Amino acid sequence: MLTDKVREEILKITAKYYNKRSAVMDALMLVQKDCGGNITRGDMEDIADMLEIKPHEVNAVATFYTMYNYAKPVGRYHIQVCRNISCALLEAERVIAHIEDTLGIKTGDTTPDNKFTLSTAECLGSCGTAPMMQINDNYYENLTPDKVDAILKGFE
Amino acid sequence: MEKILLKNIDKPESHKIESYIKNGGYNAVREALKLGPDDIIQRVKDSGIRGRGGAGFPTGLKWSFIPKDPTLDKYLCCNADEGEPGTFKDRAIMDNDPHLLLEGMMITSYAIGAAVGYIYIRGEFEFGAKRLEAAIDEAYREGYLGKNIFGSEFSLDMYVHRGAGAYICGEETALLESLEGGRGQPRKKPPFPALAGLYGKPTVINNVETLACVPAIIEKGVEWFKSTGTEKSPGPKIFGVSGHVKKPGLYELPMGTTLRELIYEHCGGMRSDKPLKAVIPGGVSAPLLVPEDLDTTMDFEAMGAKGTMLGSGAVIVMEEGTCMVKVAYITNRFFSHESCGKCTPCREGTIWITKILKRLEEDRGRPGDIDLLEELCGNIFGRTFCPLGDGAVMALRGAITHFRDEFLNHAAHKGCTA
Repeated sequence: MLTDKVREEILKITAKYYNKRSAVMDALMLVQKDCGGNITRGDMEDIADMLEIKPHEVNAVATFYTMYNYAKPVGRYHIQVCRNISCALLEAERVIAHIEDTLGIKTGDTTPDNKFTLSTAECLGSCGTAPMMQINDNYYENLTPDKVDAILKGFE
Repeated sequence: MEKILLKNIDKPESHKIESYIKNGGYNAVREALKLGPDDIIQRVKDSGIRGRGGAGFPTGLKWSFIPKDPTLDKYLCCNADEGEPGTFKDRAIMDNDPHLLLEGMMITSYAIGAAVGYIYIRGEFEFGAKRLEAAIDEAYREGYLGKNIFGSEFSLDMYVHRGAGAYICGEETALLESLEGGRGQPRKKPPFPALAGLYGKPTVINNVETLACVPAIIEKGVEWFKSTGTEKSPGPKIFGVSGHVKKPGLYELPMGTTLRELIYEHCGGMRSDKPLKAVIPGGVSAPLLVPEDLDTTMDFEAMGAKGTMLGSGAVIVMEEGTCMVKVAYITNRFFSHESCGKCTPCREGTIWITKILKRLEEDRGRPGDIDLLEELCGNIFGRTFCPLGDGAVMALRGAITHFRDEFLNHAAHKGCTA
């Protein structure tokens, strides 16, 4: 179920475009943030109703883009470590292994308290400050194991 | 060289409109409104500027394809889906000097007759998207966007559209599909976007850095712009250097700067005693170069003559000891992850290439794997809908050409000899 607040925001977004369908990407992201992580089938049906498109058209978008966590639940803090070339050259693998050790989970998993999910990501456009990671909306750059420790502690 | 692209980014509050105006901002658009659309397009043509997103298409020519019919709606889309691995230049402009992009978009919209402009920014750039939205709000508040800008007949609305994680949306027709609310899969061309783009209407799609050059072309003039760079690749360019150098980062330099000058003078050389082994000069789609190529100039022609490309100007530097099989594996894993799935050679081919490179990298290769890779490359190259598959192939072929022995040693289970 979409909240009234989300419905209102989706309506505002549709005004930016020639047709309502263009608002589907923002709508999915709004719902995902509002519901704390995961988009459901029902949410997609509601979005489809609002934008006057078919639910499968919303589903097609939700399953195409990597930032939508449809059917891929994540914890409160989603850690995404870049593993592409510029970060890999500066030992992103060491950063990933360090986070796995620290949190006691493997890449792709969520901690039992549902606090952290660890993923890898392709290039996040922060190559001059590699290695880097993103946690929810924020970037953390020039990472070392010590720096990672301090960052993770900040979420306690 | 006088900077035009990164001139403001270190100034205090550089993202605010007050700071931008104090540093001479929004004079170019006033000037442009006096010139009229045809004159602006002619100047941009005469400047010789070529698109900074990677393909290097002449910008003025692209604008001139837009029909002049005033009854047609037209759109400007800024391609801010910066995703080519190694590239981080557009983000710097959007985060720190968003009004430079807005001013470039205002002039461009006026020139092509667009009343609406969209900035398609990759979803991960949340900070940049917020900065742009705040900048757009400031511009409306000052009357620089909206109806009758600076008392003229020209009206313009501008919006930010966030992506949600798809490299392919940097391809211009995939970007349009995405903006229309669909899966980001490239469209068949023709028709080209200049005739049938966003919502079927004439549309110009330009990269952030390209649009950020436009105010200087208007304000400082064509001759000034052409005095920098090479004859066929004029103007300044942002080079983004990453990897094994002392000072990675962004460097605004004339087109035609040599790789050697960029790496050894501006970036302070290699980070350790290990010498340079290879350089990817224009994002991971660009075939790599080796130390003998360091005196090549960074421009569209010279890079093309070397069998590679300037691309986005993302320079990835690798030192001796870097395993090229691993580099090829990481690169192709990326391409297979980002393949949109529309056409078979790319969708299936990049997966197979990645599987083979993975087993080579892990010393589980089979005899004939290198031949198999080359055969797969032949089945992808030139047979795909968009350039993603070609990019994957070009990068891999470049690595195999220069470092065949390393690939063969991995295939023969001799371990990494890098």
